[in-house]
Amino acid sequence: MMLTLLSLITDSWWDIRDLSNLTDAVYDLLRDDLNVPDWGIYVISGVVGTLGIISFIGGVAIINIWVERRVVGRMQSRLGPNRLGPFGLLQPVADAIKLMQKEVLQPKVADGLVFTLAPIAFTVPGIALFAVIPWGRNMVLADLDVGIVYLFAMSSLAALAVFIGGYGSNNKYALFGSMRVIAMLVTYEIPIVLSLLGVVMFAGTMNLQGIVLFQADNWLLLVMLQPLAFLIYFLSSTAELNRTPADLAEAESEIAGGYHVEYSGMKFGLYYAAELINAVAVSAIIATVFLGGWWMYELDQIVPGWMILIGKIYAVYFIFVWTRGTLPRFRIDQLLAFAWKWMTPMAIINILAVATEVMIWEETGWSAAVILPASIAINGALAGLLIVGWVRTMAPKFQRFPDRPRMYTTIDVPSLPAPAASELRETPV
Amino acid sequence: MPIKSDLVEVNIGPQHPSTHGVFRMVAVIDGERIVDVKMVVGYLHRSMEKLAEERTYTQNIPFTDRMDYLAAMTGNLGYCLSVEKLSGIEVPERGQYLRTIFAELQRVASHEMATGAFINDCGAWQTPVMWCFRDREKVLDLFEMVCGARITTNYMRIGGVAFDIPEEFLPAVDRLVNDDLPARFEELESLIVGNEIIQMRARDVGVVTPAQAINAALSGPMLRSAGIAWDIRKADPYCVYDRLNFEIPVGYNGDSYDRMVIRIEEMKQSLRIIRQCMHDLPGGPHKNEVPLAIRPPVGEAYSRVESPKGELGFYVVSDGSSAPYRWHVRAPSLINLSVLREMTVGQTIADAIVTLGSIDINVGEVDR
Repeated sequence: MMLTLLSLITDSWWDIRDLSNLTDAVYDLLRDDLNVPDWGIYVISGVVGTLGIISFIGGVAIINIWVERRVVGRMQSRLGPNRLGPFGLLQPVADAIKLMQKEVLQPKVADGLVFTLAPIAFTVPGIALFAVIPWGRNMVLADLDVGIVYLFAMSSLAALAVFIGGYGSNNKYALFGSMRVIAMLVTYEIPIVLSLLGVVMFAGTMNLQGIVLFQADNWLLLVMLQPLAFLIYFLSSTAELNRTPADLAEAESEIAGGYHVEYSGMKFGLYYAAELINAVAVSAIIATVFLGGWWMYELDQIVPGWMILIGKIYAVYFIFVWTRGTLPRFRIDQLLAFAWKWMTPMAIINILAVATEVMIWEETGWSAAVILPASIAINGALAGLLIVGWVRTMAPKFQRFPDRPRMYTTIDVPSLPAPAASELRETPV
Repeated sequence: MPIKSDLVEVNIGPQHPSTHGVFRMVAVIDGERIVDVKMVVGYLHRSMEKLAEERTYTQNIPFTDRMDYLAAMTGNLGYCLSVEKLSGIEVPERGQYLRTIFAELQRVASHEMATGAFINDCGAWQTPVMWCFRDREKVLDLFEMVCGARITTNYMRIGGVAFDIPEEFLPAVDRLVNDDLPARFEELESLIVGNEIIQMRARDVGVVTPAQAINAALSGPMLRSAGIAWDIRKADPYCVYDRLNFEIPVGYNGDSYDRMVIRIEEMKQSLRIIRQCMHDLPGGPHKNEVPLAIRPPVGEAYSRVESPKGELGFYVVSDGSSAPYRWHVRAPSLINLSVLREMTVGQTIADAIVTLGSIDINVGEVDR
């Protein structure tokens, strides 16, 4: 019944399940009725798509300030912002207005060009990441065949912007933050790349739309096929995004804000917003690559695909907020050791397993219905085995009270000598 | 050609978010490692010891509130004990018990604050500190019920306590001690004590050896974390501690993690003490009548109490007038801070912050 109704509105321009119908109608209008040349149509469509994505990102940045503060507030048994507007929803607007009217102070010793450039360079990659995210079956702005490589490039740029911002501030605390960012960037690019390589091998393409279609064709989500890669990517992303438990670049309790310690006004506001935008961008990547993107077991026939994607983005984003409200921070050497000693080897082992499976798949020509369930079972068992085995062998055993003997059991307290007669007083007052 | 690198001098404080007030560490840093630390105190110096020489003995009680402003009751108690020792004033039974109850409630409040701030220094983004504030708030509500103030209580008097407890106080303490706090401690322990990241951050960080601890005259959780079972409540009992049944938690390694665990255990022992005191709380007067301007005989007295930070001692010298001739405070925070350099040199900045958080200093008491 429902599908019958749906079939009536399919492929007409007001079918919101796939906005490409609308754009196709616009193209027909432009091409046939207005005789616009092809390059004009290309430019117009690019501008329209970019405006759509940027307006979505601006809305998300505003909403997420409220979401994050509210959720973390509830976790801390506080109320969170609840005064301005319904449920405090206008609080981010008030914050933005306050930040805009503040004077932007710049230290005399700072490098002016770099100091100004850094917030902008930090904001742009997070927005640019969204260009390759597919929102529906025909809804993707830049259908790059090397989408995954583009993602790597863009996510590295944000860390570089953090570095130049901290270095240009000419402040010791900011310098510490910058140095930590560089160390983390160099370290965590490797597990990120290696973990996504397994996905690329299975899907056989670096095109994000192709990855989503691989999941749709085979009726599975890649997180089942690649649990270890999902975990590694998620943990590495927290380091890449400067969020707890890896917010070493900011580290409010240690280096007082790190790279943005000298920023104020809307430059700081840009940092603040871009951090949220980057978090949403990484959530979108995880949702697209590992959780099926706009496809959700034929649910996208009924609900618009972009709504499904936004729901998945917010599910992942909630986990980011959750970790932020729960976990303490690593020390820098511990964080780097975690990447080099665990994540990188595990990612390489994961790639090895995936390569073997894909090789068997191609050489024998078995159908996907056989090989993919087997791979799910093997990779899930491998992930559990590696994690549990690592914890058993590498992690120090937790002892609330250690086995080794105590240095002192007790100390003999000498009794106080009795006061001499000369020190005794009659009771006064 | 080796890369030349210079040492960097960084001011951690006095307006740094995790120095717990206005304490300043001048750290010489090689990369992330700390080469040398110089501690600078005195930004909150209010000259209390000098001011106290111009006020009567009773007027000096509010100063003790404002020294360790997170453990005001303990400060009151230590000072009143020293004046009573000097002038030989007796305290009635009920007053002794009430003093014990409030000292232990204050210990719970102070340790909650210390634990929360310590986890916050480890980088947990405000959550534990908010949870600990929530529990501390309940204790402060009890203080408000009895003496109208929450932080600067000014509740103890020479010769007893200022006010008798209202009727609704004991049921409220009963609810707090038996229902609210034990569950909260369980929750806190499950989240913090077994947390892997906390263990990575706090274990073997800021180690103080037993020899160092004794040589530096440390006291309180700092000394007990090094494995030395020393507690003024057992060693030199005051009030009614010699009649009570409680245990002293002792650490093993002398690191920050031990200090945190000891504080959580001490809060549980404090609940035990409060339960026993409530059970045997006698009737009778809560305060002996003493003249307003006490003139103790010529002499000197030193009395010490186990404050949440350590051994809080008051040394009072009387010249027979109504004001003390000399009023000296042995502040545990200052003396516990004296070993910070030995604890932090050779570790990273992040470790130094964690170590400072585990010492649990209170700058109001350090600078006085």
